[in-house]
Amino acid sequence: MTNSVHTLSVPKTSSRTWRLPSLVKLMLRFARRKPLGAIGGVIVLALLVMATFADRIAPYPYAESIQGARMKPPSIQFWMGTDNLSRDIWSRVVYGARISVTVGFATVALATLMATAIGVSSAYVGGAYDIVVQRVVDAWMSFPALVVVLSLMAALGPGLHNLILALSILGAASASRVIRGAALSVIANPYVEAARAVGSGHLRIVLLYVLPNVMATIIILATIGLGTVILAESALSFLGFGIPPPYPSWGAMLSGSGRSFMYYAPWMALFPAVAISLAVFGFNMLGDALRDVLDPRLRGSGRSASLL
Amino acid sequence: MRSYVLRRLLVALPSLLIATLVVFTLPRLIPGDVVQLMLEEKAYGKDLEDLRAKLGLNRPIHAQYVDWLRAIGHGNLGESLWTRQPVLAEMTRRLPVTAALGLIALGVAILIGIPVGVIAAVRPDGVLDFFARSAAILGLSVPAFVIAILVTLLPAIWWGWTPRARFVEFSIDPTAYVLQFILPATILGIASAAGIMRLTRGMLLEVLQQDYVRTAWAKGLRERVVVLKHALKNAVIPVVTVLGLQVASIAGGAVIIEWIFGIPGMGQFLVDAIVQRDYPVIQGINLIIVLIIVLTNLTVDLVYAVLDPRIRY
Repeated sequence: MTNSVHTLSVPKTSSRTWRLPSLVKLMLRFARRKPLGAIGGVIVLALLVMATFADRIAPYPYAESIQGARMKPPSIQFWMGTDNLSRDIWSRVVYGARISVTVGFATVALATLMATAIGVSSAYVGGAYDIVVQRVVDAWMSFPALVVVLSLMAALGPGLHNLILALSILGAASASRVIRGAALSVIANPYVEAARAVGSGHLRIVLLYVLPNVMATIIILATIGLGTVILAESALSFLGFGIPPPYPSWGAMLSGSGRSFMYYAPWMALFPAVAISLAVFGFNMLGDALRDVLDPRLRGSGRSASLL
Repeated sequence: MRSYVLRRLLVALPSLLIATLVVFTLPRLIPGDVVQLMLEEKAYGKDLEDLRAKLGLNRPIHAQYVDWLRAIGHGNLGESLWTRQPVLAEMTRRLPVTAALGLIALGVAILIGIPVGVIAAVRPDGVLDFFARSAAILGLSVPAFVIAILVTLLPAIWWGWTPRARFVEFSIDPTAYVLQFILPATILGIASAAGIMRLTRGMLLEVLQQDYVRTAWAKGLRERVVVLKHALKNAVIPVVTVLGLQVASIAGGAVIIEWIFGIPGMGQFLVDAIVQRDYPVIQGINLIIVLIIVLTNLTVDLVYAVLDPRIRY
């Protein structure tokens, strides 16, 4: 004990009169170690700003037809041109960010909640319950992701809430498997046994001992899941099973009118395509970097290798 | 080994049974009724009942499920509610199309993923490695349908060239039949190629650190022999597992790619059936897809046991 105290020398305080706040310093260190992750972080931040302040950033409402501006190429007035219904594409891309971010975060929140409930309970209760639940998860995971979501969306009908529900049911299955694994190894620890010996109730053990220790895994899964969900949302909207028009989803902008008019007005398809790719790239890079920094053991797991 | 195969099969069975239940229930949750959709507004109450009875939709749902399971046992997937065509017949026409698309895509993924992964791993942090990793990140971030749109759009703008939209049957022109899959399959395989490349690179880097590889170097073997003969063999074992997962992701991706390129495969069949609420078709397709994926996973596990003698069951 004395040795360890001895070796921990107090770092010299720098001669600088000001110091960076610790959070900024942490972020700078992250950026130096994971430059790609930092780029991803900047993209994610830009997306969040676009989504939050869409009504201030977008020069026009997303559904407003502008007189005499049908399929205009990109110009100073219309940055990304206009579409076949004379709507400003830049404004629609900005509002589209709101959809992507809303669906992404809501889905991941719901999926994580379900996955944690399933995974932790399955690991903690064990026995027959565990076996039955895991077989259901097996069955659920043996469907291709897109086929499950398509069938679910057909069952639920189009719309924002149903889309979020369908995507989170899908994401929950595979995430619950990883969380179960993490919870199993936590439960094997002596401190859980000690807590039980002291007479703690099940709820207390799960909430105070198990959950805090699988939190890192849960956070990483959630971050990585965001990119996948945004990709899935755009794919579904592309097929016409996502969010109904006139609300601008990037995937829908790319498919319907974007595809039929793309030879005359390529900008109608190009900009939503770039937006989807950048968003997925940003979330993937940030998620990967966070995972490497927070918990390298998870490398290669939890990621469904992109939905498509 | 035999007991392992049996045990593995036993584990797969309950999952399959649950899957059939999901497959059966899901399409029935679709709001709106196929009978109403068929007769639109022209029907009176009596007609609706008659049609429902004719299609067997008036019986209790659990009875319908048991009937369906029994029919599957006899190799009968039922018939389409709309065209009255047997689902199995339509499927035998469409499954080869999707299988060709998927297999070519998987081949493209392997042919790109493994060599590029090897090249990247031989000189880590070199120029080639940098490019390979950047390409992989790009491949994982840009969705297949975006690539498909760009591939059809950009040549059209630059050179006025558009891909042919007509689908050629195998019986008419076998060469054209295969050739028309190349572009869609390559696009479909890109994401998988990126994943395989990253895994191959990572595993090879790890294996190259091991003692037996150093021994191989010390024997004075050439780089080609050390990397390709000694190291790669061990490095690709985990890649086989991931290939099984890629089959599922390619099957899902095929739905979109078929839709974009107008390929009459299972994916289009499924999308059409969902729009028309054609229960037997949706069930049949989902069932076949699940069967294929469960079988693939089984094969992967068995191949794994053969490839890696350290694993004994």
